[in-house]
Amino acid sequence: MTADAPLKPPALELRGIDKRFGSVHANRAISFAVAAGSVHGLIGENGAGKSTLMNIVYGFHRPDAGVILVNGREVEIHSPQDAISAGIGMVHQHFMLVENFTVLENVLLGVEGGPLLARGLARARMELQKIGRDYGLEVPLDALVGTLPVGLQQRVEILKALHRGAGILILDEPTAVLTPQETDQFFRMLGRLRDQGRTVLLVTHKLREIMAITDRVTVMRQGAVVAEVVTASTSPRELAEKMVGRAVLLQVKKGELRAGPALLSVRNLSVRDSAGALRVKHMSFEVRAGEIVAIAGVAGNGQSELLEVLAGMGVSTSGEIFMGGFDLVATAADPRRRRELGLAHVPEDRLRVGVVPGFSAQANLILGYQDRAAFNRGGLMNDGAILADCERKMAAYDVRPPLPGLRLSAFSGGNQQKLVIAREVDCEPQVLLVGQPTRGVDIGAIEFIHHRLVALRDAGKAILLISVELDEILGLADRILVMAGGEITGELSRAEATEEKIGLLMAGVRGEGRA
Amino acid sequence: MSAIKQLPRWADIFLLPLVGLAAALLLSAGIIALLGESPWQAVKLMIDGALGSQEGIGYSLFYATNFIFTGLAVAVAFHAGLFNIGGEGQAYIGGLGTGLVCLWFSHWPFWVVLPLAVLASAGFGAAWAFLPGLLQAKRGSHIVITTIMFNFIASALMTYLLVNVLVKPGQQSPETREFAQGLWMPFAHEMLGRFGINFTATPLNLAFVLALGAAIFVWIFIWHTRWGYALRVVGQSPAAAVYAGMSPSRITVMAMLLSGALAGGLGLNELMGSQHRILIDFPGGAGFVGIAVALMGRNHPFGILLAAGLFGALYQGGSQLTFDMPRINRDMVVVIQGLVILSCGALENMFRVPLTALLGRPVRAEKEKL
Repeated sequence: MTADAPLKPPALELRGIDKRFGSVHANRAISFAVAAGSVHGLIGENGAGKSTLMNIVYGFHRPDAGVILVNGREVEIHSPQDAISAGIGMVHQHFMLVENFTVLENVLLGVEGGPLLARGLARARMELQKIGRDYGLEVPLDALVGTLPVGLQQRVEILKALHRGAGILILDEPTAVLTPQETDQFFRMLGRLRDQGRTVLLVTHKLREIMAITDRVTVMRQGAVVAEVVTASTSPRELAEKMVGRAVLLQVKKGELRAGPALLSVRNLSVRDSAGALRVKHMSFEVRAGEIVAIAGVAGNGQSELLEVLAGMGVSTSGEIFMGGFDLVATAADPRRRRELGLAHVPEDRLRVGVVPGFSAQANLILGYQDRAAFNRGGLMNDGAILADCERKMAAYDVRPPLPGLRLSAFSGGNQQKLVIAREVDCEPQVLLVGQPTRGVDIGAIEFIHHRLVALRDAGKAILLISVELDEILGLADRILVMAGGEITGELSRAEATEEKIGLLMAGVRGEGRA
Repeated sequence: MSAIKQLPRWADIFLLPLVGLAAALLLSAGIIALLGESPWQAVKLMIDGALGSQEGIGYSLFYATNFIFTGLAVAVAFHAGLFNIGGEGQAYIGGLGTGLVCLWFSHWPFWVVLPLAVLASAGFGAAWAFLPGLLQAKRGSHIVITTIMFNFIASALMTYLLVNVLVKPGQQSPETREFAQGLWMPFAHEMLGRFGINFTATPLNLAFVLALGAAIFVWIFIWHTRWGYALRVVGQSPAAAVYAGMSPSRITVMAMLLSGALAGGLGLNELMGSQHRILIDFPGGAGFVGIAVALMGRNHPFGILLAAGLFGALYQGGSQLTFDMPRINRDMVVVIQGLVILSCGALENMFRVPLTALLGRPVRAEKEKL
């Protein structure tokens, strides 16, 4: 609870919220207050109980004990409707939008105000135009939501909440889908909301965001509040230690760069998408043994297509890909053959592509390697060997809980990614393709994953890293290629790379760096 | 922390279907009461008719054999993410294969013809599932639509063949001549008799053992081979399958071939085991019951055996009911079976929600086998 005596009661106050799910104590007597007209951060690793707490505030769950106060008055919240009428709006990490409705129709959904739509639509249009002007939240009201970029879709979610009169806005991991530029815009918008007297509760596990925008921050670990501090008086390192419960290395230690011969060579590669648009334009580059080459760029500038084509999941329009002396385009077109040659791939979209969420951990650890002799015995799968392999990797990669039979979707994001990394790194590939290795992953796991990638590099393998996190790129890469509009706009060595230089190249301004 | 609750496995597998079954029986009881018969009496008659005598058990298992084949067919396709509604047509054409082998090789010994008949029923059934599978894989034509269409095509084709081509000369009804007696599936009562066990004569035959074998095969194939693994990956996540170097379109076609082959097994039981000729509409809706059997059996071969047994008993008990209760006719029995399908298959979530609230545990505690 806040020590300073506010003139106004806190916009939102939680007192002794407690919640158990069976044997899991998700929230332990949680108390904190969010001052009116502030941006308050709630930070904690995946599994710390943040989402449970927010689901209680928004009426998805009932607490076992504790009370919620809004503007100093105790409220009973049994459902999201109750939360909305108490003035609480929530923007979920995964948007709750109807893609083939227009923006206006999405905002109106559930508050049509009568059997005929025309009047409600007209009124909503006026209100939204006003909100848009006040907060700099302009969105094309008649565009189909499915055609908007994610950044704008998120604005629609916020508009929805504001339109319903939310004085308190809860944002759950709002920047998970945003690029650095979009994130900056987003923060400016949050600032305006605060200036207009709204209260924002930002739930995240990203330290950078907490430092950038919040006034106060509450830290959760293992279901309990472990600290509450004024943001200006703390540091990322201190917050990280409180979150994880031990000292954390925010920077990975790397050995000297000892680059060997080129293991992956791409020459004049072009990729067209199914709509016929050229997404990758005449790219040429090499990744040498013992180095990490990172590709930086705003999401959607051809990095995903490049990674898919290199992995064999997509088809290149023209150009050559060589690995060792092998012409991959001609002799190993599909991912299975490329794996046999020693090309491993940690895909960008982990849950959709890299794993089968409904399968057990051990079944996921053979995905892509299911035909290997080690996992088969005659026509049958060698379940004993698969189990032993899984147990070994779980121990070596610190996967928790170490239960091979547990359904993959029951693991936290960080542990899911550790399983994927275990699968793709442990087979000692010559070349590793990595896309967004730490997206949706908690700090403890990020540290571990970075450490593993560097170890693979130091063992003389070639790594191509694609990431939208500049910190990650600057922390890991030996060489940085910047992509914009499907082309390499510049190449920087780690020594000469700075955020500003990369940022300019990402925006497509050439002439920087050596390229 | 996810707070989604899940039913414990035992409740998901056993309790939920039983609750559905109980609800269906209650509804049926209400309808029977409305017709002026005693529901209690009706239930007793049904149970007695299905399980109260060797004859009842034999018939129940005979019907169950058909449902095992069609239920397995639905389950295999389901694991590949395909809803194969075409079991009826695939069984119909599969039976054509069985029948043609039996008609052509009249004078060959049974144990030589049997493997040929198995291959032919599987091959014909698979062939009938091939085109819908290929259309789904290559053109994205929805499997539900195409397999339903193929049911109608199968029906028209068989009517044509039976009326114009295969019909026994000089006969009115569209049926082939009888298969040579040496090619009939050995009946259960004959086989048991050889060991000195007396069993009432029923149509139950060797195909029942083949159906059990098919169930074991499916269990091993789906959960213990790399092809079954690939099939399940495609069913759950086509994108992950591509990532793993599998070809979703090839596996889609493979799954449909296997599904059709299993449905084709029905002919072994119904034609080679009981009717001993090809006749109009011999699958008699077993292809559709297979959908309910697979749903109720959770697409697991063991569950399918139990569910097929239940539906077999319902069939047999239902026929008993129509004999003994004049006000309940054949259609009424179909209504009762329909209610079971409705409440065990379609209305499952109606029972799942309250049961989960009552017994559910958070997802994290849930374990799953490979």
